[in-house]
Amino acid sequence: MSEPPGAVTLAEVPAADTPSEKLTAQRVQPLRRPGRWIATAVVLVLVAQFVHGLVSNPFYQWDRFGYWFLRPVILDGLLITLEVTAYSAVLGLLGGILLALARLSKSPVLRAVSWTYVWALRSIPLIVVLLFLYNFSALYQTLSVGVPFGPAFFTFDESRLATDMVIAVVGLSLNEAAYAAEVVRGGILSVDQGQHEAAAALGLPKGYQFRRIVFPQALRSIVPNYVNQLIGLVKSTSLVFYVSLLDLFGTAQTMGATYPGDIVSLLLVVTVWYLILTSLVSVVQFYVERYYARGATRSLPPTPLQQLRTGLADLRARIRREAAV
Amino acid sequence: MTAETLKADVPAEVVPAAVEVHDVHKWYGAHRVLDGVSLTVRPGEVTVILGPSGSGKSTLLRVINHLEKPEIGHVSVNGEPIGVRRHGGRLREVSERTILSQRSRIGFVFQNFNLFPHLTVLDNVAAAPVATGRLTKPQAQDLARELLGRVGLADKAGAYPRQLSGGQQQRVAIARALALRPGVILFDEPTSALDPELVGEVLAVIKDLATSGTTLVIVTHEVGFAREVADKVVFLDGGRIVEQGPPHEVLDKPRHERTRDFLSKVL
Repeated sequence: MSEPPGAVTLAEVPAADTPSEKLTAQRVQPLRRPGRWIATAVVLVLVAQFVHGLVSNPFYQWDRFGYWFLRPVILDGLLITLEVTAYSAVLGLLGGILLALARLSKSPVLRAVSWTYVWALRSIPLIVVLLFLYNFSALYQTLSVGVPFGPAFFTFDESRLATDMVIAVVGLSLNEAAYAAEVVRGGILSVDQGQHEAAAALGLPKGYQFRRIVFPQALRSIVPNYVNQLIGLVKSTSLVFYVSLLDLFGTAQTMGATYPGDIVSLLLVVTVWYLILTSLVSVVQFYVERYYARGATRSLPPTPLQQLRTGLADLRARIRREAAV
Repeated sequence: MTAETLKADVPAEVVPAAVEVHDVHKWYGAHRVLDGVSLTVRPGEVTVILGPSGSGKSTLLRVINHLEKPEIGHVSVNGEPIGVRRHGGRLREVSERTILSQRSRIGFVFQNFNLFPHLTVLDNVAAAPVATGRLTKPQAQDLARELLGRVGLADKAGAYPRQLSGGQQQRVAIARALALRPGVILFDEPTSALDPELVGEVLAVIKDLATSGTTLVIVTHEVGFAREVADKVVFLDGGRIVEQGPPHEVLDKPRHERTRDFLSKVL
């Protein structure tokens, strides 16, 4: 209350809630917003120019784009991209969950190891990790599982184990796990303390508490963040070209070297494929998020189709109302 | 009068006490929350714990099911020490698994319900008996339906907790606690988070449990309710039991100045 003492008291205020008869029946005129109209017009002109340039500039060679878009060699590359992404996404998430649990554990050793891993892998550029792994077989000819400084139980011949695909997936997963760890940890921390307490008070077994009570609720915040991460991953797979794995981007690069005239159309092919992949991930995200929203909101968010329907219904109602006045 | 002499008033029983708190001390850092609390709750008895905020009521309740570990002393439920075992005259902490299995025999109802929001009402109630391996899923669901009927929510089995009112959620939480057929149920301010008009429906369910002979320990501010259902009222202040006894003594003829002071404020 900002009125100074001695300001008009309530009793002296003229009765404000008896509107004059004239005003009550009239419709309210919406405020005019000329600035918004001008901005809209400017943006539309810019968009039109951009589209016109895209279509009319011969430099893009849309016919060559059509030639390359569904070539088997490009589709093979696309398949490699999908494979690398899928493996790394799953392994990265699993690694991330383990790292997050270690980070949240009561053991200072586990916490320190997890923190150091995340710190190191987030600091090293992915391309460096990949090239390290690529040259790994030169550093260590064999990998063995056993007691440190003691006897080995299993020994792998690394040159046979480490195909280009394995190097790519391991490199991306190591990198992905570091980011996923933070996403998962944030998700677990976002679950209300009362949920942990209720699960403990009911005497639910530890594993059940995590799998059925805490993690499903954490997923609500993990899913959008991890999908963001996943979209980054889809594009990061283009780096596997440097460990001689021919993914979508790598194939386009190689083809471009053979057909220098088609470089721009090949880059357009790659761009459109990445756009399609990202869109697919976003669609999956919407439905996964909707699934995990059960119980969190009183009613589920509408699907795009439902939104369209209600939007059309609203429009119809508005037109009818306008017509009536 | 000290808590020690009061304890001597309680006659020794041959049957083990439903809840026995033995000289419990609890600190949060340097702050002493419980300062030598001893309490006996006999089977079938309804005990109401009253006290100003910060007096240690909720902590005492949470010590009983070992959500909080006491630094000194221990609690027994139906003669079994909770969270500790005697080993050569000393108390040792037991494994997490053992504590969890002990907790599954003690019901706990929270102030903020803490229902699992991602599970339906039916699954909230049926989850624990299945997870602890006592019942098969269909058996647990039958039991859950029966218990939901008992708290008057048979028609809400398929709803999610957030679709219910606070009073309904708390009744589901009571059904969830009952599903483990606990020997004793602890209520931590079960009506404090509710709109005034919803308090009655929750108290009615608790009263129904009280008259059916279930052992209850209730932390509440509802003095009228305490008078109605309690066999024993315990008044806690500054982490100590100031006085305890039947409601007509503690509530109507309080012997201690602090009890009188508290009652004059809440009544």
